[in-house]
Amino acid sequence: MWVYVGRRLLLAVPTLLGASIIVFAMVHLAPGDPIAAVMPAESSQAEIEATKRAYGFDKPLAVQYLVWLGRVAQGDLGKSIATRRAVILDVRDALANSLVLALSSSLLAFALGIGLGLLAAFRQGRLLDRAASAIAVVGVSVPHYWAGIILIIVFSVQLNWLPAMGAADDPGLLPYLRHIALPTVALALIPLGVITRVVRSAALDVLNQEFVLALRAKGLASRRVFAHVIKNSAPQILTVLGLQFGFQLGGSVLVEAVFSWPGTGYLLNLAIFQRDIPVLQGVILVLATFFVLLNLAVDLLQTLVDPRIARH
Amino acid sequence: MAITTTVPRDLDAVVGAPMSYWRTVGWRLARDRVTLIAGGVLLLVALSAVLAPWLAPYDPNAGSIRLRLAPVGAPGHVLGTDEQGRDMLTRLLWGGRMTLIAGLTPVLVAFVIGTALGVVAGYIGGVTNTLVMRTMDIFYAFPAVLLAIAISGALGPGLPNTLISLSIVFIPRVVRVAESATVQVKGLEYIGAARASGSGVGDIVRHHLLANVLGPILVFASTQVSLSIILAAGLSFLGLGVTPPAAEWGLMLNTLRQSIYVNAVVPALPGLAIFVTSMAFNLLSDGLRDAMEIRA
Repeated sequence: MWVYVGRRLLLAVPTLLGASIIVFAMVHLAPGDPIAAVMPAESSQAEIEATKRAYGFDKPLAVQYLVWLGRVAQGDLGKSIATRRAVILDVRDALANSLVLALSSSLLAFALGIGLGLLAAFRQGRLLDRAASAIAVVGVSVPHYWAGIILIIVFSVQLNWLPAMGAADDPGLLPYLRHIALPTVALALIPLGVITRVVRSAALDVLNQEFVLALRAKGLASRRVFAHVIKNSAPQILTVLGLQFGFQLGGSVLVEAVFSWPGTGYLLNLAIFQRDIPVLQGVILVLATFFVLLNLAVDLLQTLVDPRIARH
Repeated sequence: MAITTTVPRDLDAVVGAPMSYWRTVGWRLARDRVTLIAGGVLLLVALSAVLAPWLAPYDPNAGSIRLRLAPVGAPGHVLGTDEQGRDMLTRLLWGGRMTLIAGLTPVLVAFVIGTALGVVAGYIGGVTNTLVMRTMDIFYAFPAVLLAIAISGALGPGLPNTLISLSIVFIPRVVRVAESATVQVKGLEYIGAARASGSGVGDIVRHHLLANVLGPILVFASTQVSLSIILAAGLSFLGLGVTPPAAEWGLMLNTLRQSIYVNAVVPALPGLAIFVTSMAFNLLSDGLRDAMEIRA
């Protein structure tokens, strides 16, 4: 098993390097001079020279990449074109807000999705199963940014119950919860659909195995059978939960844009609007790193729950 | 009378001939009500997109300042008008065109390129396989939305850039499915038999391999269309996709977003169109998968 863990850890390195190459390439994908992509238009000649030296734009691409990677490894993600602040500072603040939102929407989606999926599996073919399947299809089909707008129209504009945008200015838990409520629901829709589906089919796979029949035949209470089914479908469910949490973190861009939630997505949205390539690079690199590490953690956790995986 | 005369000439008509695979699939689809409805909805969406220039009652870009944000059911404007007084029905029809082009093209491109890469990697194996598959793994370091935004954000707005970035999002996914299907089929005995009987690589791939891997890949690609449409409209919504004044559902949703305090119904319409289309694609691909007996 430790061999597997070591191999899996090593595999994450090329993936991270590959992701960094894509992020590095963004400067050169941008139309026009790469200097223009990372500098404000009104920069002085001295500033341009300094940037050229820092990025090594006169050197071959491979050297430029290594120079850039070296700076990134030291936590230097460059300076924002719009604010001239160090990108790392903006990303740090935004990441905290995004993490909170990802956690709250994941909690909502996990609880509802697992519950609905299990109920549907145990009531296969009945009304409840069909309702859960319908919710699942809607969840994966709905454009979540539109769902967010609908939530604002209903709960902010029409009913005037909850605030439409931003995070709370006043201290205290209640204003904070009031602000995070709508983005949480909007962001939870997709994972709710996906998790309901996966949990239902995972539980059904286990339910159709012979040992469940044997458990029932020997007269085990249905509550105990339920526990066996959960335990045996846990690895599959765990994988989807981990992946969905990762998607929440990177996929919140559109929802954060709708609700002006001050997270990484909102920062990306601003950067897109201002064509601020260093900020775009910084946010995407940090989120991709998080995503890769999270996938790694899920894989390792899975081996812990189901040691058979390591042997394959 | 001889016994032979009691045997009907068309025995199949009585006992039912074993149906061919595709006839079975068609037979199942014809009995699947949900899939049929989804298909019907998509047919309507596609037809209205193709026929938009003839169906639309107005010019999609001609607005009237006096008629801004007219409600649904306003005289002359069945679905109201947008924030610039342009007819909503007209723009929804034209917008469907753009959204369908922006959503379907990347999946089509990914289907062709991804199948080619995946089949080559799977059939040749060895170093080629490692090289192709590890490269594809890199793209899995990003959630789909983030990868699309990274590439579109660097390339800048516009329909061609949206198509490029979304194709890059979907190619690695198709490659993975194509590669694993190819490896699976390659190990089956009839491929070995074909090779033993002297078939060339080209013949084996064309006649034996592709015929058996294209089905699963096609079904997988069909499951991606709904995501592609949501992402394409999402990029426009962020200002990275189709540029104004063109009509596109995601872009319309974005520009109408400011008007929800004036008119609550009209701004919701473009999103509803995205939702209905994406759900119909999802239901259709579910039905297709069941009918073709392919496990995801």
